[in-house]
Amino acid sequence: MSAWVDAGRLLLVAGLVAVLAATVLPLEPAGLAAPVAEELEASGVAHGVTAVLLNFRAYDTWLEVGVLFVALVGLFALRPTGVLPHAPPRAVSVLFKAAVGVLAPVAGIAAAYMLWRGTHAPGGAFQAGAVLGATFVLLRLAGWRSVGVLVGWRLRACLLAGFAAFLLFALVSTSAGAGLLAYPPALAGVLVVALEVAVAATTAVTLAALYVSGEVE
Amino acid sequence: MELFHLYAFCSMLLFGIALHGFLFQPHLVRKVLALNVMGTSIFLFLIAVAHRDRTPSPDPVPHALVLTGIVVAVSLTAFALGLILKLHKETGRTTLPSVRREAP
Repeated sequence: MSAWVDAGRLLLVAGLVAVLAATVLPLEPAGLAAPVAEELEASGVAHGVTAVLLNFRAYDTWLEVGVLFVALVGLFALRPTGVLPHAPPRAVSVLFKAAVGVLAPVAGIAAAYMLWRGTHAPGGAFQAGAVLGATFVLLRLAGWRSVGVLVGWRLRACLLAGFAAFLLFALVSTSAGAGLLAYPPALAGVLVVALEVAVAATTAVTLAALYVSGEVE
Repeated sequence: MELFHLYAFCSMLLFGIALHGFLFQPHLVRKVLALNVMGTSIFLFLIAVAHRDRTPSPDPVPHALVLTGIVVAVSLTAFALGLILKLHKETGRTTLPSVRREAP
């Protein structure tokens, strides 16, 4: 009996894959590379992906930062308080702790470099935020002081900086009549980097907080 | 049949395998892993679409979509794993009740 059920399930999924292949493979989309290349000069950055993420589709990036925050709020809802828990006592080898102590500043510099590099080559806010967040998690695992030192308003400020920066920008650009998240061409480069810094900081702290909130006591 | 079709079909195959795992594996962590593989297969498809025309620079819009998708997948995974940990802490189990009733 169970073999029939398994075969039926396999057939169902195989049928779905076949339908997917039949409908998607013949498609011939034109792509958006040409319009992006045309508008790249005016976008304030020299790399297509960063321009799309922070300028042409800045709305998607804004909501993505919101999704990160909502996931963290969901994890906070499972805990008794909204404070990040203290690290559980663990036996950490001296070698590991020393190695992480040397690695962390280098990783911080690497994250800052990745953020700056995003203006003209692959890189940007999320890459930098991911490296920084992983560094915070490593620091915590090695017994150093990490994201757990943030409490109260400092924690909330770090968690909300990215979303708030976009919100402020949206309010200013809409009330100035330029539309939602519209960059003034002269200031576009500076504004993009400023937004990226806020997003990177928020992403790093949120990723580390996501990990910390799930730690087993 | 160009390279794009190979990548696209691989991504759909991976999607099907992961969907099967997501629907029919009882252990919750396996479901989360299957969800991740489903997401990654879509990213593979998007990057294949971006590099389809072999123009000097690939289409940056699907690249941005993948970056956004990775962050959303990470958020989803973190939340799902937190829920599983809480479920395990409260009940000591890692499968959902309806699945346990049907299990032989």
